[in-house]
Amino acid sequence: MPRRDAPPPRLDGSLVWLVVGLAMAIGSGVADVRAATGPAIEDRVREIASELRCVVCQNLSVADSPSDMAKEMRNLVRDQVQEGKSAEEIQAYFVSRYGEFVLLSPPKRGFNLLVWGLPFLAIAAGGGAVFLVARRWTKRASSPPPADPTYADRVSRELKNREGG
Amino acid sequence: MNWKRLLIPLASVPVILLLAYGFRVDPKAIPSPLVQKAAPDFRLKAFGGGEVSLADLTGKPVVLNFWASWCYPACYEEAPLLEATWRRYKDQGLMVVGVDIQDKEANALEFIRRFGFTFPNAPDPGSKVSIDYGVYGVPETFFIDRQGRIAYKHVGALTPALLDAQAQALLKGT
Repeated sequence: MPRRDAPPPRLDGSLVWLVVGLAMAIGSGVADVRAATGPAIEDRVREIASELRCVVCQNLSVADSPSDMAKEMRNLVRDQVQEGKSAEEIQAYFVSRYGEFVLLSPPKRGFNLLVWGLPFLAIAAGGGAVFLVARRWTKRASSPPPADPTYADRVSRELKNREGG
Repeated sequence: MNWKRLLIPLASVPVILLLAYGFRVDPKAIPSPLVQKAAPDFRLKAFGGGEVSLADLTGKPVVLNFWASWCYPACYEEAPLLEATWRRYKDQGLMVVGVDIQDKEANALEFIRRFGFTFPNAPDPGSKVSIDYGVYGVPETFFIDRQGRIAYKHVGALTPALLDAQAQALLKGT
């Protein structure tokens, strides 16, 4: 059983310095990034980068890709944001270099409108078709087709006989 | 009714036309918006000292090649062709410039030594020049005419015939 009045274990000096040093290194690293860019700028960089296609990946945005090329592109976006360029100007720069392919969502104009409009047009057309077909079916159900005259005659004849007899 | 029978064949005509068009184009071929436009200027520190700048080369046709030592085998296939073209046409005024992207300096220098490059080559810190040229990957080669306009862009390894034809076309241009 350990003695109660034993002195608390002393921290080894070098260990303390190591921990303090590490904390300072991590802290200063974080502080560096924040001081140089600021969270607001980082948010804007992310926002713009998430609309740009990482050109060396398959369907990943520049914001999400871990590739070197995407990293360099993020840095370039950050540089341009810090120069005070707007999101449109930065997008226009990348489009002028890589073409519209670099945008993850095609701009809503010209031929591209087809991409944006067609799904809604298809939904409207499909809805119309369903409506027309459904109306035809319900009509058929509510008004039965005219009876075969031979059977109708027979029914009326037999009814008459029944009433007469 | 007759028109109802025609409905399906008629509706399939545009679909067949669309597919006929779609299967003929290469989905991986993305036209560069830079072709026939002014080549973006750059100024880079060359390997082994000195600077390479497009502005300094005005009036000269330029073959601008983007490469990397990790780009195997395509860059290794075309590297001897670039050096040979440079040696064949430099007296006629053709310039060959290599830009090494996302590479380690030691590996890049080894690549240059291996192929005995004598034309200027420069690393591209931050890939700024590569992005300015809309480079997707390596190798890519831009053929820039005497007016500083991009006449042609080639993606992938160059073939001897293509490189020679493009170099001659650049030299012929006034």
